[in-house]
Amino acid sequence: MANAEEIARAADARDIRDRWLLSAPALVIILLAATGPLFVMLAYSFMLKGDYGDVQFGTFSLDGWTSVLFQRDIFDDTLGLADAHLSIFWRSISLSFYTTVLTLLFGFPTAYFIATRPPKTREVWVFLVTIPFWTNLLIRTFAMQQVIRNEGLVNTALMALGIIKQPLQIMNTDAAILLGMIYIYLPLMVLPIYASMEKLDFRLVEAGYDLYAGRWQVLRRIIFPLIKPGVIAGSILVFIPSLGAYVIPRVLGGGKNMMLGNLIELQFGAGRNWPLGAAISITLMVLVMIALLFYVRNASGSEGAHG
Amino acid sequence: MAKRPFDIQAQPGFGFMALLTFFALYLPIAALVAYSFNAADSLSRWDGVSLRWFISAWHNSAVQDASIRSLVLAVSAAALSTIAATMAALATTRTRPYPGLTFKYAFINQPLMVPEIVTGVALLIVFSRIKVWTGYSGLGYLIAAHTAFCIPFAYLPIRARLESMDLTLERAAADLYATPWKAFRFVTLPLLRPAIIAGFMLAFVISLDDVVITEFVKSGGQDTLPTYMLGQLRRETSPEINAIATVFLALSVVLVTTFYFVNRRKP
Repeated sequence: MANAEEIARAADARDIRDRWLLSAPALVIILLAATGPLFVMLAYSFMLKGDYGDVQFGTFSLDGWTSVLFQRDIFDDTLGLADAHLSIFWRSISLSFYTTVLTLLFGFPTAYFIATRPPKTREVWVFLVTIPFWTNLLIRTFAMQQVIRNEGLVNTALMALGIIKQPLQIMNTDAAILLGMIYIYLPLMVLPIYASMEKLDFRLVEAGYDLYAGRWQVLRRIIFPLIKPGVIAGSILVFIPSLGAYVIPRVLGGGKNMMLGNLIELQFGAGRNWPLGAAISITLMVLVMIALLFYVRNASGSEGAHG
Repeated sequence: MAKRPFDIQAQPGFGFMALLTFFALYLPIAALVAYSFNAADSLSRWDGVSLRWFISAWHNSAVQDASIRSLVLAVSAAALSTIAATMAALATTRTRPYPGLTFKYAFINQPLMVPEIVTGVALLIVFSRIKVWTGYSGLGYLIAAHTAFCIPFAYLPIRARLESMDLTLERAAADLYATPWKAFRFVTLPLLRPAIIAGFMLAFVISLDDVVITEFVKSGGQDTLPTYMLGQLRRETSPEINAIATVFLALSVVLVTTFYFVNRRKP
């Protein structure tokens, strides 16, 4: 005869099995249409490229990976650094960095402003940040184009005021990509900073002033350390999608100012080098993972320091 | 007395920076909307207010096709992902930790961790081969891809709601001889309804907005509204694109506002 403990254990096992069955549809869909293909791509990055795109199935080659950073000289077949790729890596990383810094520069005061409004109007301000956040990325990129194109708002206004005679060429430059990314990712910086700012206890600020701190000291020594988790979260939320940006550089940067996303697309399109495209994709993924790990380590560290 | 009291919350210049930010957030959108009412043939001139580009977009058969496809895709993906996410949320909440639970969390959120362009080309690799093998190149691929990346979004509000519910009501139902299915149908599901609606709407908006993954997964002639617009942006744009964008924008604002109010009305 089974005792009570065994019955309980059997019930537990049944419960766990039911829970696996219940979560199976979600897991299977994600496996088939998201995670699984990533592993197939990893395999593709180690194959020889096909002549018309695709790969030569079943072959093994490291060409895809070496050509991420190196290229063979067409005359003497020696390996040299692929300057074009390096400059695209550099553009992606530096533009993402500038985007993060500049969204922080504007996002921090904005979050502070919202958090210091009376509770009722506060909701309205948050809502005003949320609307652009949920608006289609392509539409916002296109909206930015309306502002910076040669006959756009900025140039029309500057020419009407007589400040410039010729329209400024902003479109199809790195500056256009940067402006677009700042514009599009700004809400991602404001919202998490606001979330930690909302919980800020202003009695601590008052205490700071009582102890003769100036405004700057209060900001730097009291407010900033307390909302650091929000700042880190915001920076990661801006940096990661910036690194993988594809639509913004394509629309605002023109064909020449590529970022990693566009370089990847090129390999699967006109470049016809799928293994290289797969290898760059995985490199991009690894860069994102590094940023995420950095976040996880810092976020837990700073919470521990204040907890 | 004339001196204002010391405001401990004030920081010099912050208000200015914030208002500048809000101005900058809305100026481009305002320009986009304004130009959609432009009567001129191109975006370089302003010839007064007119609805001609809205009318021309409405009669453009490519736009009609893309809009219908976008809606079919978004409804299917949102429905499928909400069902899968609801089941997954039921399976991963209100339990003691069991082997594989952390794995499930990570796996369900995986689509959020990878840049869209990477998922896009990975799907291109796999689906292009399946297309050759099976000869099928219908909307199924897009529905599968959209369902997968919508699941984490639908899962989010449903899991949050379930975690704030305990099992007492379901136990009470069981005491009154309800079968597990009846308990779910008449107790859990009604309590979960606001979260399921929120999850569905979130998934719907995410699917409707997607450009990158769709761009890589779609077969020829399977443009959705965003990929159609992306294709048009390569050329000299006419205010028709502005008109389409304005309608799309209005739709998003309505959806977000509804979502906001549905979510705020806590039962």
